[in-house]
Amino acid sequence: MDLNLSDEQKLLRESAERFVAGSYDADHRRKMANDPLGFSPAVWKQFAELGWLALPIPEEFDGLGGGAIDIGILMEAFGRGLVSEPYVATVVLGAGLIARCGTTEQKQASLPKVADGSLKLAFAHSERAARFDLAKVATSATKTAQGWRLSGSKIAVLDGHAADEIIVSALIHDHHGPSGRIGLFVLPATADGLAMSDYARLGGGRACNLELADVHLPEDALLGDGHDALPAIEWAVDRTMAALGAEAVGIMQTLLETTLDYTKIRKQFGRPLSANQVIRHRLADMAMQVDEARSMALRAALKVDSPPTERARAASGAKAKIGKCARFVGEQSIQLHGGMGVTEELEVGAYFKRLVAFDTLFGGSAHHYARHAELGRRA
Amino acid sequence: MDLSFNAEERAFQSEVRSFIARNLTEEMKRATALTPSVFSDPDIGMAWQRALHANGWGAPGWPVEYGGPAWTPAQRWIFETECARAGVPNVNVMGVKMVGPVIIGFGSPEQKNFYLPRILSGEDYWCQGYSEPGSGSDLSSLKTRAVRDGDDYIINGTKIWTTHAHHANRMFALVRTNDGPRQQDGISFILIDMKTPGITTRPILTIGGDHEVNQVFFDDVRVPVANRVGEEGKGWTYGKYLLEFERGSGIASAKLREGLKAIADLAESDLTGRAIDSPDIAARISEVEVDIDALEMTELRVLSALQTGQNPGAVSSILKLRNSEIRQAVTRLGVDVIGHDALAVEPMRPLYKLNHEPATPEEMLTVVPEYLNGRAYTIFGGTSEIQRDIIAKMMLGI
Repeated sequence: MDLNLSDEQKLLRESAERFVAGSYDADHRRKMANDPLGFSPAVWKQFAELGWLALPIPEEFDGLGGGAIDIGILMEAFGRGLVSEPYVATVVLGAGLIARCGTTEQKQASLPKVADGSLKLAFAHSERAARFDLAKVATSATKTAQGWRLSGSKIAVLDGHAADEIIVSALIHDHHGPSGRIGLFVLPATADGLAMSDYARLGGGRACNLELADVHLPEDALLGDGHDALPAIEWAVDRTMAALGAEAVGIMQTLLETTLDYTKIRKQFGRPLSANQVIRHRLADMAMQVDEARSMALRAALKVDSPPTERARAASGAKAKIGKCARFVGEQSIQLHGGMGVTEELEVGAYFKRLVAFDTLFGGSAHHYARHAELGRRA
Repeated sequence: MDLSFNAEERAFQSEVRSFIARNLTEEMKRATALTPSVFSDPDIGMAWQRALHANGWGAPGWPVEYGGPAWTPAQRWIFETECARAGVPNVNVMGVKMVGPVIIGFGSPEQKNFYLPRILSGEDYWCQGYSEPGSGSDLSSLKTRAVRDGDDYIINGTKIWTTHAHHANRMFALVRTNDGPRQQDGISFILIDMKTPGITTRPILTIGGDHEVNQVFFDDVRVPVANRVGEEGKGWTYGKYLLEFERGSGIASAKLREGLKAIADLAESDLTGRAIDSPDIAARISEVEVDIDALEMTELRVLSALQTGQNPGAVSSILKLRNSEIRQAVTRLGVDVIGHDALAVEPMRPLYKLNHEPATPEEMLTVVPEYLNGRAYTIFGGTSEIQRDIIAKMMLGI
């Protein structure tokens, strides 16, 4: 039992924090918010050079074979700077799914390119009618003589606009009709019949909705051997929630520090705000919730390779708890900044919006407490 | 990073389990499960203390030269977790976890030789004389006075919320020996024999129906000066040291988990008409379970820091606060789970020696008393408000 960082992990944390502190400031974030790409290709190149894109990729595919703790260290630092590069979409979700489901040829074709920064990915799974139910997929993939024909609609595809290839989930229809199996299909972003409408995502980065109208794909566009991909999707989303939880911890830590500084400087009634017990107690509660969130993000990361039910309960528990803490810390940060907190003149709002996006992504607290309860039911 | 235990730690875990299997009787287990107050009655708690002591485990946190087992933080974690899982009785923490460390840290050789073995063996039963009717959160305003008279102090005043004063043969107390410029100055730490003439004890019944705490009166009570720990006027420093132990020695998550499990078992039982089938109850059980998970991880993080010699700092206040709040959430949930049976509160004590058929199933007997008594968790050992002050000051620097 040891929860201390290894020397390598300490170095990773130092270099990530240094990079974010040096490359991300308010000006950079404002520029990115108004940029049609939403992130900097130069920064992406630096990520590749620093080895961060290769971090979780298996060593036999030119990766570093890192684990969820390493990703969490990176994500927490990203949170502190509101990094908007498509790291989660490409490395955690995209490369994660290919590493888990792909054939050796498919992995060989994609993973080294993700590691060197020449391939960006996205994962299109959510559909409006499914809400947060990962098992509910209406998009169809019909077997044709040449391969596959995909039709349907997807929403909230993280950083889909930046992706060279998009992994789309679809219900497989064979010659008997719907098979009940979900398949994962790799589409080039330029595929005929694929329409994309992208938007600036709440809290930074971008997302898009997709319309697939008879998109024809070759046989080998299907990842793996056609087994139901739902367990892999659940696995990937649980890992992603652990990573996003660590990012939320970084965001919350920055908000706590910023708010603490402000209450020490801002004077009313002839004394700093922080001299008031009601303010001190609020800040103590915020600090406590940041700490609880940190524990839960760590716990989810430590359990990503546990058996599915244990992993899923840890991920849902973390998502629910961190979401609740994030809303509290975010809302109270604005409250304690007073009127200025509600303006775009400070960055408190930008950090808050990223927390709201975190809470919503893959389902909010109510959804995940319910999933946690359902998975915990004894027969 | 690794959550799992190594081979030595797993071997220790087996050792603890087999010790518990050999020594924990069904009677002790039932009595513990049916105790709705914070502490076990002395007959149950001391029987367990004697078993621990016979195995060399009487004082897990003490240095080895005073009879501690020299456990690593991970071993302490395993021990506490296994004890919680098995439902062992609470031992007299006022001796082992409170006055013991103060005597070890600041006591004279004579005091160490006399008192420490008697704490280990369970021969002495201690109570804590800190709070007074006029000094709760503002503890250092305490007024119980000890006036020097030759080789004795003569003590006058009163202490309140004194847990198990009616069972204890000894008390450690903070008393005023001088009026310093600051109210924290002039306080001394004194060990008092409860049989000394002039001491009277008044029982105080809690809202859960238990006699656990008391008010203790001192009328010209003569205590030898040799019973003072450390220097005269330094008692506040020693007392604060002890409070940090009281707050920080907690490995609380395992006990909370067992408490929640008992409630979840009731919720899944026909006794409650399967309360868990209500989505609200199911989600609340999950919410509390997740809060326990978070507390457990924080405890493990502190433990890991301790293993490498780092100081956890003000995190002991976070642990105390969260433990008390989660405990209250567990007991609140319990009341909601048992539904109409919450109306039938059994007034007789002890609950494990009832001589009549209670109105509710045995599994429910402690639920309402635990909820009612449990309101005290956010009050004793420094209220939640005081803990938040400490966090603001120590962690946030405001």
